Amino acid sequence: MKNYGWLRKSIFLAAFLLVFIFSGLSFYRSRHLKEPLVAGDGLLEVKKLSHYFPGIKGSLNDANIYVLGKENSGAGGGAALVLGGSHAEEPAGRLAAWLLVENALVEAGRVFVIATANPSASTSTRPGGAYPPDYEIPTPWGRQKFRQGDRWSNPLDQWPDPEVYIHYPSRQQLAYMDIRNQNRTWPGRPDGTMTEKTCYAMTQLITKEKIDLVIDLHEAELQYPVISTIVAHQKGEDLAALASMMISSEEGFNIGVEYSPAALRGLSHREIGDHTQAIPLLLETPEPFLDATRGRTDRSLLLTGKDEFVMKAGRHGLLFEKLDESGWPIDVRVGRHLSSIIQILRVWTELHPDRPILMENVPSYAEVIARGTGYYLKNPDRAPAGKLFYE
Amino acid sequence: MGALITILYYLLVAFFAVCFLCNFRRSKNWQTEVLYLIVLLPFLLRLFRLK
Repeated sequence: MKNYGWLRKSIFLAAFLLVFIFSGLSFYRSRHLKEPLVAGDGLLEVKKLSHYFPGIKGSLNDANIYVLGKENSGAGGGAALVLGGSHAEEPAGRLAAWLLVENALVEAGRVFVIATANPSASTSTRPGGAYPPDYEIPTPWGRQKFRQGDRWSNPLDQWPDPEVYIHYPSRQQLAYMDIRNQNRTWPGRPDGTMTEKTCYAMTQLITKEKIDLVIDLHEAELQYPVISTIVAHQKGEDLAALASMMISSEEGFNIGVEYSPAALRGLSHREIGDHTQAIPLLLETPEPFLDATRGRTDRSLLLTGKDEFVMKAGRHGLLFEKLDESGWPIDVRVGRHLSSIIQILRVWTELHPDRPILMENVPSYAEVIARGTGYYLKNPDRAPAGKLFYE
Repeated sequence: MGALITILYYLLVAFFAVCFLCNFRRSKNWQTEVLYLIVLLPFLLRLFRLK
């Protein structure tokens, strides 16, 4: 009887080890997936976030900063910072930033792009969310794979969470897990958590590089009222309103303007405006993948934005953005971000001719829809020397 | 302070993982044995920094 018990335990243990090894390998591969980025001719240099705050050196969140411009184009020109992947589970933001680095040419001023503003968050998926580990964008040369990511920094990099997260410096009490939310930890602090240090490093970047404009790219669920909009700090109200009008009249889609609530702390559109000279704007596109009432949470939903259950919620008047059979494809969402950036920089330059930021060769909303996001992604196998980077 | 808390957390995870393994070894009921292994999985994934 005793021997039978050991045999049973051995079988269970072998089955356990199989599950552990296969799941462990899957999680390891997902966390360490390398995403190639082929910088375009507009690249001036690549810096690390630790250049501005050495306290983040060696951390996973020591992100790449792609500086676009020309030699001397910064002299007399303005400077903008574009953030993709503050919330890594919102892929349109990362992809739009990707396309900027791979395609944009900056004729005046400088554009700093961080394609993965919270690298740690891009290495995990939401526990219990049944997220796919990654997704692929079809291109003319094959398929490019990207990590799916989560809203919060990976618990492997920052853990445990406190009972209540007390935001610095306002001391506002926020939800415990938002201590790992990069859009709740601005302006950051040098002796804080990894996520707070990341925001502190970016705040240092904004201050030291005299950034005029910060554009933080996000996506939102359709059951959330802040959607299809530019969220603007009061310093950027005119800019956002003018850009919204230009986008609606020239680009073929509508985008609203919301003002950053003064009492809601830790968000980029509030804290960057309060603590630095820059004007922060946050852009939201619709992502049905994030809606709580969604159905199967797979790659198809992420890339097509089609979901019958979220549509049903819409028929009951529960959505703040339309959703029909055509869904919200990734090309539409990426295109909206890119055209919004184009128009915001144009309006900025018109309002501030002494600090122009002139950017060309960025695919517009209509072009991304016509050709697809992948059309503008470059083949890493044919990357010129010194132009291939990994996120 | 944050680093110290994290180290204590991992020590705690390791302690409970060892407890589950010991209990699995001592158990004489197959359902309890399966239960211990199921509970052990997330502890090991965290301990080995996989998930």
